[in-house]
Amino acid sequence: MYVSPDLNKTESLTIAVTGLNANDNPGPGLAVIRALRAGFGENIRIIGLAYETLEPAIYLRDQVDKTYRIPYPTAGAGALKARIKEIQEIEKIDVLIPNFDAELYNFIKIAPDLLQMGIHSFLPSHQQLEQRDKVNLAKFGEKHGFNVPDEGVVFTASEIDNIASKFGFPLMVKGKFYEAHTTLNSADAHRAFHKLHAKWGLPVILQKFIKGTEINIAGLGDGKGNAISVIPMRKLYITEKGKAWAGITIEDEKLITLAKDFAKATIWKGGFELEIMREDNGSLYIMEVNPRFPAWVYLTVAAGQNQPKALVDLALGRPTDDMNTYKAGKMFIRYAWDNIVDVEEFQKLSAFGEL
Amino acid sequence: MKQKYERPTIRKMNTGLMNKFGTRTDFDPVETIDGVQVKSLVAEYGSPVFVLSEKQIRRNYQAAVRSFKTRYPKVQFAWSYKTNYLNAVCRVFHQEGSWAEVVSGFEYHKALGNGVAGNQIIFNGPDKKEADLTLAVENHSLIHIDHYDELYLLIDICKRINKTAKVAIRVNFDTGVYPIWDRFGFNYENGQAWAAINKIITAENLELVGLHCHIGTFMLSTAAYSVAATKLCDLAMRCKMELQNPVQYLDLGGGFPSTNTLKGAYLPGVDTVPSVEDFAEAITNTILNFGFAADELPLLILESGRVLIDDAGYLVGSVLANKRLSDGRRATILDFGINILFTSNWYDHKISVAKEAGQYTEETVLFGPLCMNIDVVRESITLPLLERGDQVVVHKVGAYNMTQWMQFINMRPAVVLIDMQGKSHQIRKPETLAYLEMMEEIPEYLK
Amino acid sequence: MKLKANIATSENGFIFNPATGDSFTSNAIAAEILGYMKSGGSEEEIKKKILENYDVEPNQFERDWDDYMLQLKEANLLDL
Repeated sequence: MYVSPDLNKTESLTIAVTGLNANDNPGPGLAVIRALRAGFGENIRIIGLAYETLEPAIYLRDQVDKTYRIPYPTAGAGALKARIKEIQEIEKIDVLIPNFDAELYNFIKIAPDLLQMGIHSFLPSHQQLEQRDKVNLAKFGEKHGFNVPDEGVVFTASEIDNIASKFGFPLMVKGKFYEAHTTLNSADAHRAFHKLHAKWGLPVILQKFIKGTEINIAGLGDGKGNAISVIPMRKLYITEKGKAWAGITIEDEKLITLAKDFAKATIWKGGFELEIMREDNGSLYIMEVNPRFPAWVYLTVAAGQNQPKALVDLALGRPTDDMNTYKAGKMFIRYAWDNIVDVEEFQKLSAFGEL
Repeated sequence: MKQKYERPTIRKMNTGLMNKFGTRTDFDPVETIDGVQVKSLVAEYGSPVFVLSEKQIRRNYQAAVRSFKTRYPKVQFAWSYKTNYLNAVCRVFHQEGSWAEVVSGFEYHKALGNGVAGNQIIFNGPDKKEADLTLAVENHSLIHIDHYDELYLLIDICKRINKTAKVAIRVNFDTGVYPIWDRFGFNYENGQAWAAINKIITAENLELVGLHCHIGTFMLSTAAYSVAATKLCDLAMRCKMELQNPVQYLDLGGGFPSTNTLKGAYLPGVDTVPSVEDFAEAITNTILNFGFAADELPLLILESGRVLIDDAGYLVGSVLANKRLSDGRRATILDFGINILFTSNWYDHKISVAKEAGQYTEETVLFGPLCMNIDVVRESITLPLLERGDQVVVHKVGAYNMTQWMQFINMRPAVVLIDMQGKSHQIRKPETLAYLEMMEEIPEYLK
Repeated sequence: MKLKANIATSENGFIFNPATGDSFTSNAIAAEILGYMKSGGSEEEIKKKILENYDVEPNQFERDWDDYMLQLKEANLLDL
């Protein structure tokens, strides 16, 4: 489907990828790997970086050439750096693509050290990461003129009714880190507040409920204010966890303009995903911004714009291919597949941290 | 030659969250502190023992001063006595040029005893006794008024002894960080602070020399300090323009965090906590850009405590016993607990073993020695296999532990300072029964 | 103190319990003891071997032995 430029044909690239958890709430790793294999063909070696021993893609040996375990983000940037250094002494990684929100802070922190080891990356800054964070999204929208759902941050239950009378019901009540409840009345909202307070602490976020169609946009920012690729996808089938299990590329200038405006306002560097709600009257709301490629990023390849490959090119300072057109109507339908593995492989990874 | 022994143990795969690829750096043993063997410290001073590094204290202080002085012309630090008021520690700070910041009468006297000039002592806090205030006025100390009752008391004292007091008010405000510490000082937003300032200006024997705030503790946001500085600057400007009483200094208080990891934090403190440089940038930028004439820039005072000493302090202790809990978890009992490591209530302290250990590790709960259920040092930590008598080193314990420690069930241990040459000095003896009973009196009929 | 019949152990110290599907890692000495247990050594024989080969006080090892047996029991690896 994709013809790589000649310069890529001769030399071989080693690319490390995280997010191998291709489960029911999938990490984007496997999709990124598939896109890279489609883009670079034979001349590529994929190093998987895994946190857990049961991340499914580890065991897909035709996709992942070798996997190493790396320390959890909670162990800190120092531990991560030390482990990558160990790995780099064995592998010669050219580019590293992190795919988890939770690990990005550390990878951004050690990016200069990685470069010294010869590992390129293409990541947003801590500041860019911070401003799109859930608790800052309202401020972010206000500053750059994007529609985001109205929000109130509350520290005590007594503040709920005041805000609820402004936003009306249904009302979203969201935890500081995770979890959101759609509440239908004041009693409901109070209950959700106490639950989220107990679980995630304060503050609790009240968000205006937006009714409409869920659309996701996969994009790639060049760090100079341009989105060099934008592919919008409408969710067709949504899992219990709210993840797209099937989707279709759509064509809508407004969506593409929104993503380009986002990249321009933030000078975004790297992959991103905008979660959009389109109201019946056509207004577009940014519900969330994910600072990495989405798990459905292989659809961008199918539609004609290989975003992961372009990210690798950007990371290495190579020219990227023009990505001006894409096919609307390309669908992805995810499926589950039971891969068979012997216990020895699992044990080996558990004990030695590599497979 | 017999093989090196390690107790036999197995571990289920893929159960606990941490794997050995996760925290290898934490397993590096800490055999020496500032070049002194941990083993010899325990042999000489007993276990547990607090160890302070003079080198690190001075390094911290000089780095903090540099962060501010390279950005702002007039800067003065005042050592926060309550953070660690061992005289040897205070004297190191005073040698470096730090003033004293005290919050009680006995701290005030300690500062005098450490040779601090009266006019270089800042007297804070809601509880200043009449006698202490009188002394502070006579010594020309900087009195930071906390509430109206204190303001009026001070007016009375000054009238009585016919002296003028140098005062500032403590101001509290909304900096976007919650909860607001509005129990201390006078509120900015509701006009109370301005009213108090006016009261001071009209009082005959009070001289308004500064403005003070202290917005919280372990602050993780530099932006909050920009807001605080803006609001203090606003008051200072109004003092000058509307009352013709320019203030000499702005005291931004303390609150800078150390790099300890707060309980419940996802990422470790060393990676996420803003540095003193970041805070200095936020504060000095705000003041420099507020619009003061270059020759009228107020002196900037900082009352940092924690950030200057936390990582200079270590607690060395020993393993008392190993046991297995009802649910199969391993538990390790140490000879120190929350009685002397008060900060384990809110930090996940980094703890290292003091000698080279095997690669094999296990997850364990660390308990203190008290016969109290709440005496937990770490709920879960992965450590090499420990045996009775092995030493461990707790990191970053220099702040608050040596002032908030309890003499409960166990006595408080020795505190040792390692000097610039790597020589250790006991700066507080371990407590004894005689010390404990010194203050007791037994009624005649019970003798 | 008898190991369950079908417990699989490997040179690397892996233990696999086919009855439950659980996998374990062990340190070198734990694997060594398991090996002796598998080949039918009695408690006394095993303890003697370890005390001969390792630098450990009998008292200390006695305590650790009990703890190890508790771990094996918790892990469902012992035939009780």
